[in-house]
Amino acid sequence: MGAWLGRQRWLLRMGAGRLGMATERHGRAADASASSAGEPAPGGPGGRRRELLRRRASSASEPPVGASASASASAEGVRRSRPGSYSGAPSVSRQRVESLRKKRQLFPWFGLDIGGTLVKLVYFEPKDITAEEEEEEVESLKSIRKYLTSNVAYGSTGIRDVHLELKDLTLCGRKGNLHFIRFPTHDMPAFIQMGRDKNFSSLHTVFCATGGGAYKFEQDFLTIGDLQLCKLDELDCLVKGILYIDSVGFNGRSQCYYFENPADAEKCQKLPFDLKNPYPLLLVNIGSGVSILAVYSKDNYKRVTGTSLGGGTFFGLCCLLTGCTTFEEALEMASRGDSTKVDKLVRDIYGGDYERFGLPGWAVASSFGNMMSKEKREAVSKEDLARAMLITITNNIGSIARMCALNENINQVVFVGNFLRINTIAMRLLAYALDYWSKGQLKALFSEHEGYFGAVGALLELLKIP
Amino acid sequence: PQGRAGRGGGDSLDKSITLPPDEIFRNLENAKRFAIDIGGSLTKLAYYSTVQHKVARVRSFDYSGKDHEPPYEISVQEEVTARLHFVKFENTYIEACLDFIKDHLVNTETKVIQATGGGAYKFKDLIEEKLRLRVDKEDVMTCLIKGCNFVLKNIPHEAFVYQKDSDPEFKFQTNHPNIFPYLLVNIGSGVSIVKVETEDRFEWIGGSSIGGGTFWGLGALLTKTKKFDELLHLASKGQHANVDMLVQDVYGGAHQTLGLSGNLIASSFGKSATADREFSKEDMAKSLLHMISNDIGQLACLYAKLHCLDRVYFGGFFIRGHPVTMRTITYSINFFSKGEVQALFLRHEGYLGAIGAFLKGAEQDNPNQYSWGENYAGSSGLMSSSPELCPTQRARSGTFDLLEMDRLERPLVNLPLLLDPSSYVPDTVDLTDDALARKYWLTCFEEALDGVVKRAVASQPGSVDAAERAEKFRQKYWSKLQTLRHQPFAYGTLTVRSLLDTREHCLNEFNFPDPYSKVKQKENGVALKCFPRVIRCLDALGWEERQLALVKGLLAGNVFDWGAKAVSDPAPACSSRQRPWLVDSYSKWLQRLKGPPHKCALIFADNSGIDVILGVFPFVRELLSRGTEVILACNSGPALNDVTYCESLIVAERIAAMDPVVHSALREERLLLMQTGSSSPCLDLSRLDKGLAVLVRERGADLVVIEGMGRAVHTNYYAALRCESLKLAVIKNSWLAERLGGRLFSVIFKYEVPAE
Repeated sequence: MGAWLGRQRWLLRMGAGRLGMATERHGRAADASASSAGEPAPGGPGGRRRELLRRRASSASEPPVGASASASASAEGVRRSRPGSYSGAPSVSRQRVESLRKKRQLFPWFGLDIGGTLVKLVYFEPKDITAEEEEEEVESLKSIRKYLTSNVAYGSTGIRDVHLELKDLTLCGRKGNLHFIRFPTHDMPAFIQMGRDKNFSSLHTVFCATGGGAYKFEQDFLTIGDLQLCKLDELDCLVKGILYIDSVGFNGRSQCYYFENPADAEKCQKLPFDLKNPYPLLLVNIGSGVSILAVYSKDNYKRVTGTSLGGGTFFGLCCLLTGCTTFEEALEMASRGDSTKVDKLVRDIYGGDYERFGLPGWAVASSFGNMMSKEKREAVSKEDLARAMLITITNNIGSIARMCALNENINQVVFVGNFLRINTIAMRLLAYALDYWSKGQLKALFSEHEGYFGAVGALLELLKIP
Repeated sequence: PQGRAGRGGGDSLDKSITLPPDEIFRNLENAKRFAIDIGGSLTKLAYYSTVQHKVARVRSFDYSGKDHEPPYEISVQEEVTARLHFVKFENTYIEACLDFIKDHLVNTETKVIQATGGGAYKFKDLIEEKLRLRVDKEDVMTCLIKGCNFVLKNIPHEAFVYQKDSDPEFKFQTNHPNIFPYLLVNIGSGVSIVKVETEDRFEWIGGSSIGGGTFWGLGALLTKTKKFDELLHLASKGQHANVDMLVQDVYGGAHQTLGLSGNLIASSFGKSATADREFSKEDMAKSLLHMISNDIGQLACLYAKLHCLDRVYFGGFFIRGHPVTMRTITYSINFFSKGEVQALFLRHEGYLGAIGAFLKGAEQDNPNQYSWGENYAGSSGLMSSSPELCPTQRARSGTFDLLEMDRLERPLVNLPLLLDPSSYVPDTVDLTDDALARKYWLTCFEEALDGVVKRAVASQPGSVDAAERAEKFRQKYWSKLQTLRHQPFAYGTLTVRSLLDTREHCLNEFNFPDPYSKVKQKENGVALKCFPRVIRCLDALGWEERQLALVKGLLAGNVFDWGAKAVSDPAPACSSRQRPWLVDSYSKWLQRLKGPPHKCALIFADNSGIDVILGVFPFVRELLSRGTEVILACNSGPALNDVTYCESLIVAERIAAMDPVVHSALREERLLLMQTGSSSPCLDLSRLDKGLAVLVRERGADLVVIEGMGRAVHTNYYAALRCESLKLAVIKNSWLAERLGGRLFSVIFKYEVPAE
């Protein structure tokens, strides 16, 4: 077994907010994961990549499923301490990026994060364009700028989060506004088509993209849009993005916040939090799935774990249970529901608190536990189910985050990701659960730009901003 | 009685109890101390009872030494032993069962019944009304943990790991001498995670609301399937990738070049976020099963890591008897712990609450001061009622499942001379793994059954019902063998030892406590008469010749074995044929004998008659003459023709009368006769009489001699000891001899010195 394991020690990482949970496909996969806890990552990105390819070649006869499961398992716990890298970037775009170091990148400045469910796009709109520049600005570039900045919605599904716009930002010596745009991943083909129609490729710009979609859609970008993507590691981008955005604040306000009295509807208050000592930090990114990172410094972080029970699970199950069609609709239903009709609480079993174990009566003993009974299934509303789904997923993320914080000995936990967008119920619950179960030892923090940090990180990579 | 209590929901199962209730609730007439654990669908009843059965006693009398006179008397006496009964049945039957118990409960001393489980409250009035016992409620988790400690301590091969794609899928664990600390993850409707540190100290360290109730409740909503078992069945047929968003869905084909596993779930139910598609029940159930199992496994690993524990036992209805959930939980634990945490399951997991509740009620009897043994005759095996494995059997047995445990007279402990008690495995061949060997031995025991039945009948010539009982024995043992053919994992690891022990348990069950008592008596008488002559011959030999003759005598004696199939005619002259033997370290042994004497030798004897009297005793006598003290350990209870402790006392007394060396050694306590605590033809050095273990330590035993096929080949062949050891046997089974590379009556002489 040992020898077999030895060959399986691939050092790879996985994406933020996407990759979480395992499923069973091959028995040996799980055993294989017994290998490389704490294995240090070899050298720089290039070295790591070569190592990967070599190992792949050497173990071509191994079952591919088992092999890859071990790769992902070993990704966890690998401490990464090096500056941002271009994971898997083809040499052509690496040369381009290298050349960028010498001169300032040409406009337009985009950062793209293509997730499992949503595409996040940040766009820097220069406001200090001189007349000379304006004259020189090619038509296609102007058209992009005007299109993005003069609209708040693009097509039927693209949305610019106007309230998040960062004004008068200085980036690479240029002053301007940073725009935050999102659209569903399934509209990616239309986006690429638009790039082709607007003739992006003539701009000789580099598209820095992160997220799994950077890989999935790379070929489409190239063949349809004639655009070469510079693919970036999503965890690198996430960490970079969050640290940068926190440092520039939110148009004079604090980026980071927390909730006081989260359980009390009357007294609950959202208050700014000064993240002046950001390290160590547990970063919980809740997208379709969940990634949990321990961040020790700007360049030193590791992926602790992840879970597949994330925003995609909440929304997916809500669609099945309630027939809702949008995330907003699901949240709206949840806001009107009562989860205690669906969940079995401690008091439903013990009549009150379970004192032997210090469990309060209001705690959920079994999520959806009441739904074992036919009568109760018939008595619940869709709103109740949506609420219970939201509570279940949120509590679970809180619980895993709390355990990771304890294991990593970190006491500030920042929750980010688009699951939290317009989701005060979830944020307050996370805040309360973390505080209650840790007896006040852990603090749940949130950030205004929830889901955009990966895209921001990609933009920073484009501009080589450290 | 016919079960009348109908379950809501109107399923069409026949509610009648198809087994005769007196086979289910055995020994009720002597029952005292009841406990009941009522779960969501199953009730587990526990009671303590006494069993009266016959035992053969031997008694010395004034021995004249005349020809044809037996060396001692045998009398059959009644003995009362204690037994714990556990019965598991569907809640549907609860009323019928309570009625039956009430009708058969003679003992009136009992006033209280300990009750635990979620349903205890619901059925409280019914129990009080039917049984006229006061219901004392016990804490669920406390009972669970008490029960868990009890089975881990008392039932060998209680815990197992689940191994996908191996046959069978269960791999049993040898009992660790120290079971603490461990993590117990109970997956009921929710999940409780408890850290158990000692017998009485445990702590609820966490839990999760995503558990069996979530699978059931959410599964029922998604698939309109009401029953838990059916949901699991759906899940076992589904493809979760149709519902879950996998890494390959996010990364496209690139996951391969990146070396990522495309099959990892990025987002559970991530693909169902659409109104355009329908999803199959099977696929949704499978996705839900993975989601919940993975989540529980992940949390369990996080808690295990935080508390530095690597053994996690899983229980609760989510796990109970369901290979599907054991598989997904094991996968998750392996994945998240990277193999550092072991997911363990328990054969008697369903009984933990009832056992614990019983122990709570019996605290004044202090059941924990005794050792207990699983009675194979009276216990259903693992998966006896699993619909997934054995649908027909489930229907036939009416879903009643039994566990019986005998209270052993004396506490059992490890032999202090084991090199590493935690890795000691008594058995040489694991028949659960080795299908060829399993087939051979099962057939071998089937073929020998006629002979055993005949022997049993012949051993009780005066009994009117001996033939009838023997026939019942035949049926019982035959059905056990058939169960083991299909479910070799039914009673833990299947071994030659467990097959032999099961046969002894079945014989005892039908009151054939010692079918060989008369044979042993006769053989002992004959051999005793030869003793002086054998000693004279040995003493006439030179030292070196004598050492070889003594060893040959041990081996020759060992051939005379009524238990072995090949030895129908007790006169094969080939046992000590020319060296080299099949395994032969005699020269090394001889060399050792030229050195200083051993301080104390521990000898495990095998057969009665020639073996012990003309083989073992002369060998013992030589050791004594060298200045070595000897502890001669014999079985506490009868098994085949093995010499029992009581018989050995009489034999030694007779020999002492003839031989001054043995006489003075006995008087000066340089020769000590002890009992092993066992009634098996094999030897488990991890379950030995505590008194023997204490003596071994006190006397500083530095040599262990294990004799005979059962003790030195079927078991302990690979046992590593901290001191010198001698394992000798004649292979009286041609199949086994061939397997070991020899022929019938090949000789094993294995002298081992531990590495410094």
